[in-house]
Amino acid sequence: MGFFSIFKKSEKTEPEKQGQQESSESSAGFFQKLKQGLSKTSGKLVGGMENIFLGRKEIDDDLLEELEELFITSDIGVETTMKIIDSVRDQVDRKTLKNPEDLKNALKEQIFNILNIDNSLVQTADRPYVMMVVGVNGTGKTTSIAKMAKMFKEQGLKTCLAAGDTFRAAAIDQLCVWADRVDVPVVKQSAGSDSAAVIFDAIQSCKAKNFDVLICDTAGRLQTKVNLMKELEKIVRVAKKELPDAPHEVLLVLDATSGQNALSQALKFHEDVGLTGLVLTKLDGTAKGGAIIGIVDELRVPVKFIGFGEGIDDLKPFDAQNFVEALFDTNR
Amino acid sequence: MFATLNDKLNGVFKKLKKQVRLDENNITEALKMVRMALLEADVNYKVVKNFIGSVQAKAMGEEVLKSLTPDQVFIKIVHDELVEILGGKDYDEGKIRLNSQPPTVIMMAGLQGSGKTTSAGKLAGLLMKQKRNVLLVAGDIYRPAAIDQLETLGKQLNCDVYSDRQSRDAVKIAADALAYAKKTAKDVVIIDTAGRLHIDEELMAELVRTKEAVTPDEILFVADAMTGQDAVNVAKSFNESLEATGIILTKMDGDARGGAALSIKEVTGKPLKFIGTGEKMTEFEAFYPDRMASRILGMGDIVTLVERAQESIEDGDAEDMAEKMAKHGLDFDDMLKQFKMIKKMGSLESIMRMIPGLGNVSMGDMDEKQFKKIEAIIFSMTRHERKNAKILNSGRRKRIARGSGTSVADVNRLVNQLNQMNKMMKQMKKKLGGSNKLNPAMMRDFLKMR
Ligand SMILES: Nc1nc2c(ncn2[C@@H]2O[C@H](COP(=O)(O)OP(=O)(O)OP(=O)(O)O)[C@@H](O)[C@H]2O)c(=O)[nH]1
Ligand SMILES: Nc1nc2c(ncn2[C@@H]2O[C@H](COP(=O)(O)OP(=O)(O)OP(=O)(O)O)[C@@H](O)[C@H]2O)c(=O)[nH]1
Ligand SMILES: [Mg+2]
Ligand SMILES: [Mg+2]
Repeated sequence: MGFFSIFKKSEKTEPEKQGQQESSESSAGFFQKLKQGLSKTSGKLVGGMENIFLGRKEIDDDLLEELEELFITSDIGVETTMKIIDSVRDQVDRKTLKNPEDLKNALKEQIFNILNIDNSLVQTADRPYVMMVVGVNGTGKTTSIAKMAKMFKEQGLKTCLAAGDTFRAAAIDQLCVWADRVDVPVVKQSAGSDSAAVIFDAIQSCKAKNFDVLICDTAGRLQTKVNLMKELEKIVRVAKKELPDAPHEVLLVLDATSGQNALSQALKFHEDVGLTGLVLTKLDGTAKGGAIIGIVDELRVPVKFIGFGEGIDDLKPFDAQNFVEALFDTNR
Repeated sequence: MFATLNDKLNGVFKKLKKQVRLDENNITEALKMVRMALLEADVNYKVVKNFIGSVQAKAMGEEVLKSLTPDQVFIKIVHDELVEILGGKDYDEGKIRLNSQPPTVIMMAGLQGSGKTTSAGKLAGLLMKQKRNVLLVAGDIYRPAAIDQLETLGKQLNCDVYSDRQSRDAVKIAADALAYAKKTAKDVVIIDTAGRLHIDEELMAELVRTKEAVTPDEILFVADAMTGQDAVNVAKSFNESLEATGIILTKMDGDARGGAALSIKEVTGKPLKFIGTGEKMTEFEAFYPDRMASRILGMGDIVTLVERAQESIEDGDAEDMAEKMAKHGLDFDDMLKQFKMIKKMGSLESIMRMIPGLGNVSMGDMDEKQFKKIEAIIFSMTRHERKNAKILNSGRRKRIARGSGTSVADVNRLVNQLNQMNKMMKQMKKKLGGSNKLNPAMMRDFLKMR
C-alpha cells in the first residue's frame, strides 16, 4: 500500500494472463511485437515543479481550494473532483495525512488507481486484427490511425488502412496521404459510398492477402446524431459477417482540449458500439485532459494511447503514472 | 444527464416560498448551485468566480414580487447577467462588416480540428447568398489534404478557391491570393489557415506575418463548443497575438453546454459572431446571447419560454386548469386547451428546440401535423366523451377514428397520452408541494412528456 505502489505501474500494465488458451504461438509472437511498440517511453509529459505544494506546512482550507482549482481547471469535472477529494477527506480528518506532501501522494494514488487498469490490446488469433477508430468531429482519428499504422508496421506487421470516412470533404485523400508516408495500403471507395461496405471489403481483402492488422477510419460524428450512430452500429454488424470477432478493438478518440462533454461522448459511443479503449489526443497543448478520469472511473474502459503532436511519431501507449505526474505539474 | 439548474433551484427555494426578499442567507445555497451548473458547463473556474460575485451583488435585496417565486426571480437575475456578458439583449454582431473598399479580407485562426476550414466554407456560402463574389484561400500548407478539403467545399459551393500546391510559404500564398482577388474583382477573401497550438511560437508568428501581409478586416477565432477549461488560455493567446475581431463557436449541434463561450468572451472581450450547427455548408447561424445563456445554464431557452407563456396564457385559464387538475384530473377538453396554449406560444417545433435534451430530437411524432390530428380526434368526440375518457370503448373509438380520418391506433395513442398526462400532473403536484402555479419547471416537464 501507500505511495510506492505508484511506481509499480509497469508490472501492473503488463497483459498478465490475457488471451490464455486460444493464443497460439504465432499470436503470442504477434502480441510480443505489439508490446515492444507499446513500451517506447518519452519523458515529454513528466517533470516540473509542483507549485501548489511548495512551501506549505499545513493542510488548510487554502490548500484544499487550490486543489479544487487544479482539478477543475484540468477538466476533471465537479463530480469526479468531489469524489476524489472526498476519498481522502476522511484521512485528513483522522490526521493520517499529516502534511501537504502526504495529501498530494494520497490524491495521486487515488487517481492513479482509477486510471491504472489493464490497457494492453485485446488479444485474438484472428487475422487481420481489426481496429475501428471512432469519435466526434476533429478529435484526431485519422492522424492517430496513421501514427498507429506506423507503429505496427515498424513491428514488422503487415498493416492496412480502410477509408471508412466517406463523408467529410477530402477525408479519403487525407488518409491516403498518410498511408503514402507510412507506406501502407488503403482500401477505399469513392466519396459518398457506404462506409460499412468499404470496411467489409477491407476485411475481406486483408484476409485474402494475409494482412496482420487492419485499421478502419470512420467519419467524425457527434454522439447525439441518432442516424450517424446507427450507421456505426451497422459497420460493426457488417464487419462481423466477414469476421465474427471483428472489430477486435474499438477505440474512441477524445480531444484533451474538450471538457465535460467528453463524458457524454464516451457513454454514448460505449452504449452504441462497445468501446475497448480510449485514445487521448492533443496533449501537447496546455489542456490536461482530466475528463478521462471520470470516464475511466465510470466505464472501466482503459486509455490505450495518447497523442501529443501532429507528427507521425507523436503517439505512445498511455502510462497512468506519467499522466498523474503531468496533472499535478502546475508549471506546464 | 445532469439535473437542470431549474430543478435544483426549485429544491433550494422550496423551503422559502414565503420569503419576500433575496438576501445573503437565502441565496448562498442557490449561488452554489449556479456555480456547479457553470462548472459542469465548462465555464472556466476563474470566470465562474467573477460571475458568481457579480450575480451575488445583483441579487441581494431584490424583491420577490407576489406573482413570482424566488427561484424564478433568481434565475432571471443569473440569466440576465449572463446575457449581458455574452453581448446583451439587442445583439447585432452576428454578421460580417464589409469593407467599403473591396475586397474585405477575413482570416480564420484556431486550434487543430476546431472547424476553421468548414467554417470558412460556410461563411463563403453565407456571403455568396448575399450576392458577394467570394474567394476562398487555401492557406493551410501543413495538414494532409487540407487544400483538397477546401477545394471540395469550394466545388460544392461553386466558389472560387485560390491554392498553390508548390508553395511552402503560407504568408506568400495569402498575399498572392489577395492580389489575385483584386485582379478578379472579388468582394470578399476568406483565408483558411492551418490549425496550431497557441504555444507554438513559430506557427503563431506565421499567423502574425500573414496578418501583416494582408491586413484582414476580420480575424475570426474559431473554437469548438466542446472546449473545456483550457479555452481561456487558448483564446487569450490567440487574441493577444492577433487581436481577433470576432469568434465562431462550432459543433453547437451536439449536447455540449458550451460554457467555453463565456470563458472566451470574458478573456478576449471580442464579440461572438456565428455558431456552427452541423457539418453541412448551410449549418451556420448568427450568435444570440440569450440562447447561449440558457444553454450554458442547462435550461434550454426556458426564460423565453416562461416570458412567452406569461404573455400568452391568460391568468384565468392557467388557474382554472390548475384547480381542475388538482380536483379531478384532466379531460380531453383540457388537453385541447393546453395544446392551444402551446400553439399560441409559438410553433411546437420552435418550442421543442428550446427545451434541454430535446433540442436535437427529430420532430417526428410531435410536429404540427400531429397536432392537427389530435385536434381532429378530439373534435370527433361527443361532449360526454371528452369529459369521460373511461367510456371510450372499442365501438366509440372506431367511430371517432372514422370521423376524424385517423386510425383506431391513433385514437388509442391519444387516450394513453391523456392517462399519462394525468399521471404526470399528479407527480408534478407532489413535487411542487401542492402549489398549482404554472412555473418553468412544470412547463418543461409538461412539454417533455409529449
Ligand atoms: N497538436 C496536435 N494536433 C493533433 C493531434 N492529433 C491530431 N491533431 C490535428 O488535429 C486536426 C484534426 O485531426 P484529424 O486526424 O483530421 O481528426 P479526425 O478526428 O480524423 O477529424 P474528422 O475526420 O474530421 O472527424 C489535424 O490538424 C491534426 O493534425 C495531436 O495529438 N496534437
Ligand atoms: N457537427 C459539426 N461538425 C463540424 C462543425 N464544424 C466543423 N465540423 C467538423 O469538424 C471536423 C473538423 O473540421 P475542420 O473544418 O476540418 O477543422 P479545422 O479547424 O479546419 O481543422 P485543422 O485544419 O486540422 O486544424 C470536420 O469533421 C468537420 O466536418 C459543426 O458546426 N458541427
Ligand atoms: Mg478523420
Ligand atoms: Mg483546416
